[in-house]
Amino acid sequence: MNSTPKILTLNSLGQQLRSGALSSRRLIENQLDQVHRSNASINAIVSIDSDRALAQADYWDRQIASGQSIPALAGIPISVKDNLCSKTGVTTCGSRMLRDFRSPYDAHVVERLESSGAILFGKTNLDEFAMGGSTETSVFGPSRNPWDLQRTCGGSSGGSAAAVAAGLVPASLGTDTGGSIRQPAAFCGVCGLKPTYGRVSRWGLISYASSLDTAGVFAQSVEDIALVLQAIAGHDPRDSTSLPHDVPDYLAAVHQEPSIQGTRIGVIRDQIESPGLDPQVRSSLLEAIEAYRKLGAQIVDVQMPHSKYSIATYYIIAPCEASSNLARYDGVHYGFRSSAKTASTLDRMIEQTRSEGFGPEVQRRILLGTYALSAGYYDAYYLQALKVRRLIRQDYDDAFAKVDVLLGPTTPQPAFRLGEKINDPIQLYLQDLFTVGANLAGIPALSIPTAPGPDGLPIGMQLQAPVLAEAKLLSIAAAYHRATEYQPKLPAAFEDPTS
Amino acid sequence: MNDTATDYRVVIGLEVHVQLKTQTKLFCRCSTRFGQPPNTQVCPVCLGLPGALPVLNAHAIELACRAGAALNCELADSTKWDRKNYFYPDLPKGYQTSQYDLPICAGGHVDIPIAPSVHPSGSENVVKRIRLVRAHLEEDAGKSMHDEHSGRADSKIDLNRAGTPLLEIVSEPDLSCAEEAKTYLSELRLLMVYLGVSDGNMQEGSLRADANVNLHFVRDGKTIATPIVEVKNLNSFRSVERAIDFEVARQASEFLRTGLAKGQAPKQTRGWNDALGQTELQREKEEEADYRYFPCPDLVPVRLTSLQKQTANEQSTATPTHYRDLLIHEHELKSNDAEILIQQGKSVVEYFLHCIRAGANAKRVAVWMLQDVLRTLNDRSIGIELYPVSPTRMAELLTAIEQGKVDTSQAKQALAKLIDEPNLSVDAAIESLGIVRVDASEIESLCKELLAENTDVIDKVRAGNTKAVAALVGQAKKRNRNADPRLVQETCLKLIEQMQ
Repeated sequence: MNSTPKILTLNSLGQQLRSGALSSRRLIENQLDQVHRSNASINAIVSIDSDRALAQADYWDRQIASGQSIPALAGIPISVKDNLCSKTGVTTCGSRMLRDFRSPYDAHVVERLESSGAILFGKTNLDEFAMGGSTETSVFGPSRNPWDLQRTCGGSSGGSAAAVAAGLVPASLGTDTGGSIRQPAAFCGVCGLKPTYGRVSRWGLISYASSLDTAGVFAQSVEDIALVLQAIAGHDPRDSTSLPHDVPDYLAAVHQEPSIQGTRIGVIRDQIESPGLDPQVRSSLLEAIEAYRKLGAQIVDVQMPHSKYSIATYYIIAPCEASSNLARYDGVHYGFRSSAKTASTLDRMIEQTRSEGFGPEVQRRILLGTYALSAGYYDAYYLQALKVRRLIRQDYDDAFAKVDVLLGPTTPQPAFRLGEKINDPIQLYLQDLFTVGANLAGIPALSIPTAPGPDGLPIGMQLQAPVLAEAKLLSIAAAYHRATEYQPKLPAAFEDPTS
Repeated sequence: MNDTATDYRVVIGLEVHVQLKTQTKLFCRCSTRFGQPPNTQVCPVCLGLPGALPVLNAHAIELACRAGAALNCELADSTKWDRKNYFYPDLPKGYQTSQYDLPICAGGHVDIPIAPSVHPSGSENVVKRIRLVRAHLEEDAGKSMHDEHSGRADSKIDLNRAGTPLLEIVSEPDLSCAEEAKTYLSELRLLMVYLGVSDGNMQEGSLRADANVNLHFVRDGKTIATPIVEVKNLNSFRSVERAIDFEVARQASEFLRTGLAKGQAPKQTRGWNDALGQTELQREKEEEADYRYFPCPDLVPVRLTSLQKQTANEQSTATPTHYRDLLIHEHELKSNDAEILIQQGKSVVEYFLHCIRAGANAKRVAVWMLQDVLRTLNDRSIGIELYPVSPTRMAELLTAIEQGKVDTSQAKQALAKLIDEPNLSVDAAIESLGIVRVDASEIESLCKELLAENTDVIDKVRAGNTKAVAALVGQAKKRNRNADPRLVQETCLKLIEQMQ
């Protein structure tokens, strides 16, 4: 009674909670201990309301004891990226601008998690306003990769990925605008799903680039991804871009033994053969392709002629939208306000507030976007980017006419060292090479761990599917993990000493 | 050289912001009610809180379509939302959600009545067509309030109004004097109120105008335009008229002094100071402000269905022009009389029409409404909805005059009675005044009596002066106060005829 498993998976935790083998209070207490032990080294969680978490745990324990039927995630701790609004605690976006901001409302995904019984277990670190790929732009400092503390956990949802990888929580919510879920998932050796744009409501997701922002899930297994997606997916009338389509049974899709025989898996040759691709990543990926071939999948070469423009397109569209989305942080109504003496007039106060409240990367993107939207440049940049975005979508449509899913690397290389790229924005932007396409096209994409490299660093494989084909995406991913008998594991330093 | 003073043409275009009569705001469900305590009608969306998203109010689209149909605009098949980016304390998101290159309504025109004094022909019902550029939807900003009484500048912001739907109607520069601009604004207001698009309440800011004004001088056969000035913040008919008159005089003297034409001097934005009666320079810029418009990624484009457009067309027929036509041409009212009723609003006109449908004579209804009904409404400061006498009763009463049951002065007494006791029937009201219908035979014997005593009247009538019988009415009333004057006269004439 009341033991905690080595590996936190939602499925096993759920079974233990339901059977009475484990109480939610015991689970939460254990995880709070873990946070106290480990968080200082990885800086994954930036705030946590322990009392509320324990009170909720007791509530679910009572429900279970009284024999009530309980929702899927009852009593299970899940952390949430700190750009998702929660009435509990602060919602900081990793920015000085919102360091003390308390949201009066919960994000849709937070509401859905809680109504599925999950316990909000900490807000996780991120690059400031989700702009970055290493969490190094956060006002709280960088999170660290549990597999190598000198390396980045990726970003922008780095805290969420690290929290799951270190076993602090079985699942975490992140957001993905250009790869911000998939890249940290790959770096941290966990699964990370960016759903179809519109599948999960953006209500309460603090906007970076509205037409690209997508809330999604980190977990240790594809099955757990399906469980959490089930809870957060679905139409929300508060988000005009939310899709009205019915939500399929994702867990059933993962559990069924699909015949991979005849499944057409597209491989983007240019990506596999890219000279910038780290050899360990390439060989891990080729192994995965071989595994699918053995399962009877048909491997098809696919051309994506416009993918070479995706970074340029993304780094026009995202900053343009950001420059407008972040205009509300002016020190007038809420958030940080400069107390500098020079802020004597209204215009100066706004200037000073934004200069002090935003970090350099956020300012860079605001300036880029402001420039690109200016009279005389709009057509050459923003409008042009919209046109290329349509061509990139067309590439995907053409590809998905021939294949069921696309397979490729999530990132060009495993987790890089902290500080290695932070002063070279272009190098950092190129990290998004393989991931931004899915955001530009609005399609679902999943990163799952493949065989790690010789130095033990995790490597991720990206699978992409047509719009709303999450069930197919998850089932094909699960088939690979089944075939390779994948077992999630924690880095040695984070194994629970009590178990 | 005296020709300089008057040899110019005034060119005016108006941008009118009409607040739509929706229950809730354009992109959230906060109430649009006026006059509530500051910041009580707000939510994460209209406060621009992080993570909040807009959802379109479909009723605003319906009202904009109705207005567009009535303004003879072309309704877009597809329209979208754009962000107009600028920093201002009462603009919580740092941008205004508006429509840039695909407005919901394009083109169109408004025909405005021109006073005979303005129009040289002097004929009635002359109209001038004012062309429209477009009409688009946008959200209103909040209100900044500056309190400098305490010695320190203490600014406060009320966001109750932030997010209220506005229809911005932009005219071509077809207006050629302040009075015309005022008439245009007044006609636009009337139209919006008739169609239920806006409450048209000027005091509450439901209609606000900006005027673009300049002058075209003629020099050596060539036209020279003065720099265009945008005058902001015109919230009443009077301020529109005064501001334009001021601006015309100012620009004329400025041009005579400097000779600077459009393009040679920067475009000015000036604000109207109502207290000082002058326009004041607000901004002077060589080029347009750059608002960095781009499509709002939080909203989806709006497609207007043919059903929506058809509905808009059907709902936009009850215009002041339509009613003017009905009153003047079908019911033969004088145009001045018709206009008074029209200006009272659609429900007054509908009351009038209801009376006619209930069988009353149109001209008589018009007279009674212009004299009695409007006076009562005015005295009591009430709308026609609260007028105690229903149009059916009113028609019944006026028909009673027609039928000789009562005379005009009796009917007025009966009306007073009905106003005090609205549940009374018309017959009961008449009876309560002691008015008893006199039997025809009784009248006949009374008339015989009178004629016998006044043979001179008989002579006069025989000589062709039928109006002479009117002299007997007074005597008849003395002998029987319920005698209907008209019946007395008719009976006398009949008796004289029979005598021959």
